[in-house]
Amino acid sequence: MSMGAGALLLTLMASAAPAQTPGQTVAITGGTVALGDGSDPIEGGTVVIRNGRIVAAGRGVAVPAGAQTVDATGKWVTPGIIAGFSRVGLAEVDAVDASNDVRASNSPFSAAIDVAPAINPRAAAVSISRASGVTRAVVAPATARSIFAGQGAVIDLGADMQPITWARAFQFVEFGETGASEAGGSRAATFALFRNALREARDVGRRQGISGGTDSQRLPRASDQREFPLEEVPDPNSPLLGSDVNRPQDVLLTRFDAAALVPVLTGRQLLLVHVERASDILQVLGLRREFPNLRLVLVGATEGWTVAEQIRASGVPVIANALVDLPASFEQLAATQSNFGRMRAAGINVAMGTINEDETRMVRVTRQNAGNLVALTKVPGASGLSWGEALAAITSRPAEVLGLGGELGSLRAGRRADVVVWDGDPLDTTSIPQLVLIDGVQQPLDTRQTKLRDRYLRPGEQGMPKAYER
Amino acid sequence: MRMTALASVLAIALLPACAANREGTKTASSTREAPQRYSRDPFPSTYRAYGGAPTLVQNVTIYDGEGGRIENGAVLFAEGKIVELGQSVTAPEGATVIDGRGKWVTPGIIDIHSHLGDYPSPAVEAHSDGNEVTGPVRPEVWAEHSVWPQDPGFTRALANGGVTSLHVLPGSANLFGGRGVTLKNVPGRTMQQMKFPGAPYTLKMACGENPKRVYGARNQMPASRMANVALMRQTWARAQDYRRKWDKYERDGGEMPPRDLAMDTLRGVLAGEILVQNHCYRADEMANILDMSKEFGYKVAAFHHGAEAYKIADLLRENGVCGALWADWWGFKMEAYDGINENIPLVHNAGACAIVHSDDPNGIQRLNQEASKALTYGRRAGLNITDEVAWTWLSYNPAKALGIGDRTGSLRPGKMADLVLWNGNPLSVYTRPQMVWIDGALMYDANDPRRRPVTDFELGQPGEGDVK
Repeated sequence: MSMGAGALLLTLMASAAPAQTPGQTVAITGGTVALGDGSDPIEGGTVVIRNGRIVAAGRGVAVPAGAQTVDATGKWVTPGIIAGFSRVGLAEVDAVDASNDVRASNSPFSAAIDVAPAINPRAAAVSISRASGVTRAVVAPATARSIFAGQGAVIDLGADMQPITWARAFQFVEFGETGASEAGGSRAATFALFRNALREARDVGRRQGISGGTDSQRLPRASDQREFPLEEVPDPNSPLLGSDVNRPQDVLLTRFDAAALVPVLTGRQLLLVHVERASDILQVLGLRREFPNLRLVLVGATEGWTVAEQIRASGVPVIANALVDLPASFEQLAATQSNFGRMRAAGINVAMGTINEDETRMVRVTRQNAGNLVALTKVPGASGLSWGEALAAITSRPAEVLGLGGELGSLRAGRRADVVVWDGDPLDTTSIPQLVLIDGVQQPLDTRQTKLRDRYLRPGEQGMPKAYER
Repeated sequence: MRMTALASVLAIALLPACAANREGTKTASSTREAPQRYSRDPFPSTYRAYGGAPTLVQNVTIYDGEGGRIENGAVLFAEGKIVELGQSVTAPEGATVIDGRGKWVTPGIIDIHSHLGDYPSPAVEAHSDGNEVTGPVRPEVWAEHSVWPQDPGFTRALANGGVTSLHVLPGSANLFGGRGVTLKNVPGRTMQQMKFPGAPYTLKMACGENPKRVYGARNQMPASRMANVALMRQTWARAQDYRRKWDKYERDGGEMPPRDLAMDTLRGVLAGEILVQNHCYRADEMANILDMSKEFGYKVAAFHHGAEAYKIADLLRENGVCGALWADWWGFKMEAYDGINENIPLVHNAGACAIVHSDDPNGIQRLNQEASKALTYGRRAGLNITDEVAWTWLSYNPAKALGIGDRTGSLRPGKMADLVLWNGNPLSVYTRPQMVWIDGALMYDANDPRRRPVTDFELGQPGEGDVK
């Protein structure tokens, strides 16, 4: 098996032209190809990549003349996994505070916090997750002193120093039990705090002539195939932050926080809302009567299956954990592993996340979680996912939920070439990646962990101390 | 008095022979008062097997739990015990016959590291009963007295995990956390109804970050790793003194020494009656613990968590200590930073005893998958380990480390009929338990909603216990 891995890499590396050379075409042939769009895997498929994008994928795809070929016979080819909700790159060791940027417990700011500059592409979790086939991640900050955590990003897990795919992709807010706690002790206080915050955002916006819904900035859509900016730099001359903005005394938010909520209020920026209990889900959906431009995404939704019809009718997508089946809190009494499958069956766009599930460093288990949803299809009375849907839940669905379906998450033509070649079924615990491409660039798969493994492969010491074995 | 004496006799019967034999009850001198043994088992198990017809499961792939594999085999169990397994087994008259074509039978999974019942769901403060954080030396507390039998986690571990026995320990805030208890994974109104009959008690110990953090933050000892060791050694020295006094009293009679429940537990360890389960991550710290155990004359049954066990796998083998480990956890704290995916297979490959453990109410539902991941990474590193040998990490090795390996953990005739029929290859993510038997009683059947326990807590709640 490990011979196979070596041979495959050699195939790529022996080539005169590396995969990332502009204009070079790469064809991955002979493998079982899963597009990631929910369809069944295709045996003997071909994936063609050029200029960091997918040109074509499927059965009967011709290998262009002059293409560098990678023989994936006996292997599986999929889009890279997207961690649908995570904190990858924000911590090195969770319990070492100085290395952990997940939450800002003593910051005066909340909604204005932007995780992008805190992402460390050299975090061990980035390389370790990449070596397990995770190529992108949705990264959210966590709340500390407000229901608003701040703005999250979409990142890639490539071995370079430009991790940001999309900065300030969304605002993250806590409702439910955590939100109640941050808001001062009750759910009712959460709603008061939220309404007030959006009122303050509206006031700041109005002063600058920005009213809800009239902003003209174009949003990325699922059909988009354009290259959106890698990193929008906040405009230091934004009228929202100008020195001429006089605010009344009757405010709770800093001006910076209020300004950060203007894009949420106007629908320019997604609002990811963590909520678990059925009644909380319905209340949050109801916020759109008051704030019609909110572009909501539900995060968590453990009890979503009990109100699946209302969620579907709202058109609001969901990022859910796969396997929550314990009533771990009183907002999760209806927890069941069938939640994901039932919401999907109801027609809800559901992506898989790892919400408060060791999400700084264990996002690699999302494929195992997806495999478990397939397992449920064999359990009488349970609801799971087809294999194709399970893969989609960790590839194209997270991209679609974020509005990036035209850009990421599948092997359909035009998408960024985030591609993983596996030595077996990628959803089973018996396979590992052999080749990982991000934007068409071959990625290193060695990590601190593989180095430690190699050093200690033989028990005991032979001659010199282990510290001399590298 | 009579009650105490009777309980003592029962306790002797249930304890491992070595302990009971050394502590006779004869009177040394007619002029001295006869010694009185305190009860070793004041909270006796009331577990009973729930019965079932003799059952033959045939046409299955069998992992016997000790590394053996039978293709297209059959297993017969009756009256709670394994009767026979092989390629051709004849069903006795009236036996239930199950055709398991395409399926697997294994011993039930045993989780050596669980806090179910002590840290139950829902995880509210009122339920948080796993750490007595009032002092770093608390061997007098017993995890069984915190077990809430209505924890829904037990039912998930059964139905999704195929877990038939589990070991519930106190948490790791303290150097001496208290006694652990081994349970059969059956629902009960009381902890005693779940208690594994005759399983030895255990002592939870912890080294490393947790004790020094908890007490250091209060400006108490231990605030450092060196204080961890100092306080453990000081405590063992006290325990040796206590043991001498009580051994002498129980041998010779005379004036009864003062009772100290904390020291009772440590005396039990020094006498070999109580097994030490030691939370410890770092290689260097495990080596220190091994030296300390030799200094004071006890044995560590297993190091738990051992993120760096692979670095000292040779030491574990030489000392006959198991490593109870995760497949791929790492990095949540400093002492877990060097955790690797090959930890379990590397420990196994060195000839030491490897165990897959959970320490988690979700992880306990997927220990077979954790073993599978560890096996996959081990094979990619060139280690040649078969599926059936890997199953020893899930049942026989934990049973041995808990002192119940002679009764469960493998499918030997005469052992407890604790077994699982899986609906496919149990080392695949796509496989779930189809039927789970505990002492031959069918406690879970995927095809029969009535064979699915619902705890009191979940009764009447939406979905009613994930039968949903």
